[in-house]
Amino acid sequence: MTGLVFRARVAARRFEVSLDVPEGTTVAVLGPNGAGKSTLLELVAGLLRPDSGAADWQGTGFFGEGLWLPPHRRGVALLAQEALLFPHLSVLENVAFGPRSAGQSRAASRQAARRWLDEVEAGDLADKRPGELSGGQAQRVAIARALAADPALLLLDEPLAALDIAVTPTLRRMLRRVLVGRTAIIVTHEVLDALTLADRVVVLGHGGVVEQGDTQEVLERPRHPFTAELAGLNLLLGHVVAGGLETAVGRVVAATGLAVGTRGGAAVRPSAITVHAREPEVRPGNTVLRVEVSDLEPRGDVIRLRSEALFADLTPARAADLDLVPGSAAWFSFAADDVSLYGL
Amino acid sequence: MTTLSAVPRWIVAIAAIGAIFVLLPLVAMTTRVDWGQFFPLIASPASRDALLLSLRTSLAATAVCVVLGVPMSLVLARTTFPGQRIVRALVLLPLVLPPVIGGIALLAAYGRMGLLGRTFEVLGIQIAFSTTAVVLAQSFVALPFLVLSLEGALRIIGTRYEAVAATLGARPSTVLWRVTLPLVLPAILSGAVLSFARALGEFGATLTFAGSLQGVTRTLPLEIYLQRETDPDAAVALALVLVVVSLLVVGLTLRTSGITRRSIL
Repeated sequence: MTGLVFRARVAARRFEVSLDVPEGTTVAVLGPNGAGKSTLLELVAGLLRPDSGAADWQGTGFFGEGLWLPPHRRGVALLAQEALLFPHLSVLENVAFGPRSAGQSRAASRQAARRWLDEVEAGDLADKRPGELSGGQAQRVAIARALAADPALLLLDEPLAALDIAVTPTLRRMLRRVLVGRTAIIVTHEVLDALTLADRVVVLGHGGVVEQGDTQEVLERPRHPFTAELAGLNLLLGHVVAGGLETAVGRVVAATGLAVGTRGGAAVRPSAITVHAREPEVRPGNTVLRVEVSDLEPRGDVIRLRSEALFADLTPARAADLDLVPGSAAWFSFAADDVSLYGL
Repeated sequence: MTTLSAVPRWIVAIAAIGAIFVLLPLVAMTTRVDWGQFFPLIASPASRDALLLSLRTSLAATAVCVVLGVPMSLVLARTTFPGQRIVRALVLLPLVLPPVIGGIALLAAYGRMGLLGRTFEVLGIQIAFSTTAVVLAQSFVALPFLVLSLEGALRIIGTRYEAVAATLGARPSTVLWRVTLPLVLPAILSGAVLSFARALGEFGATLTFAGSLQGVTRTLPLEIYLQRETDPDAAVALALVLVVVSLLVVGLTLRTSGITRRSIL
């Protein structure tokens, strides 16, 4: 078996997950806080013992019945949200820490450290102390330090979450470059991280895997409302009828090549939805659904209008025009062209 | 940088009374010093013996505290085992125990008729009433100071750096030497200084367990107590010496604990 094969249960955290990471692929683990993302990384890194389960990498057991491989022998480097550079060592010594621990000579480790610092465009920081670095610089050095340890498997725990928004694009691009061809698990709640960095996504929800698959596929055609929410999509589930999908909130008009009666999902972007305060005339090819407004939430330059099953994004001007409040009735309409209908 | 204080004035007033309460006796003591005779008094053979013995034994006790206390702190802060809270309480017991009781307990263990004393006797080693006994008594009362300050520091730095080091391939011993100990070095130093200070001031346990033999077990506090009966001026002069040494120690501790705070933040 190649890659990581992992299955573990931690009762105290209601965590029960099985997961495969094929060699050379990057898997993004998405999920809300408390879904068990960090637990997953701690288990793979060897910082936490599961109640039961087994994991191995390329045939080397990490844990299992009567088996426990300590973290330093796993070849798994962990990059956390904070850089966690050793404050008492210089930047160069930090990066040289992995090679040095692997038994390389001082000179060889320093040489490797310089190479990796250059790789992350931080060569000029070599002689600085971690305390003198900005957050973005420190995370760059932390990336170099993790890579210098020559890990078989790289674990990234929201590596960009604590950084200034101005430096995240550069670092994301750098991560994309260094992750090519590596086996990595990246925990994130940013869909953008998953799309740019990962070949596959695994969606965790409250301790278990909700869905997994190819990144594009999962994020464009979510099968679970939870994934749809992460991807910023509306997802309506139902069964296929002639010319659309019959759902709990009404019939969605869409082009369908699916067999009538099978289960299907309809994904609609919230910006494609037009909101009306009065019932609009139904034009052919349009779907109109009556909803009750539950919440209005400002999100940057749009207002997200939520109902139980669907949400729509409006401009503030439009929202003011409609004058809707929680509890009001509203009508959501969208064109068949804006619906992505797929079988489940 | 100064920040505006939000402390009510009456608190400041009480604090001032507290400060006077501590300082007044010390100042009063300096008024009793016979400055003309100060150096001859502290330079007498008995005083010199006592001072040198005190410094020697306190340094030895500090070494014992570091060698034993660092592993104890690591075990208390980094592992979990059944009865850990009880063990911690017992380890810290000498902090609150009257030192005389510590002396009696040490006699019961290492005295001639003690638990291990007989075994040592067979081997031809007598511990009680020797300089070794002084070091043991001082270590016994000073050890909790090091353990307490180091365990606190270990908990404050947490295990995150150690976890990172382990995932970078460092074996537990490498993590200890290259990450954990350097990170808590300021706490080890300030703990050692505190232990040294406690050892230097030790009286009760030393007198009970080691006795008062000039040049062998009579440390400076014992000498001061003894001189007070016969030569009060000498006692005051020696007391002043101990105050100055203690002041230096306190100053050193504040400096090193300042380093601790800076390195953590």
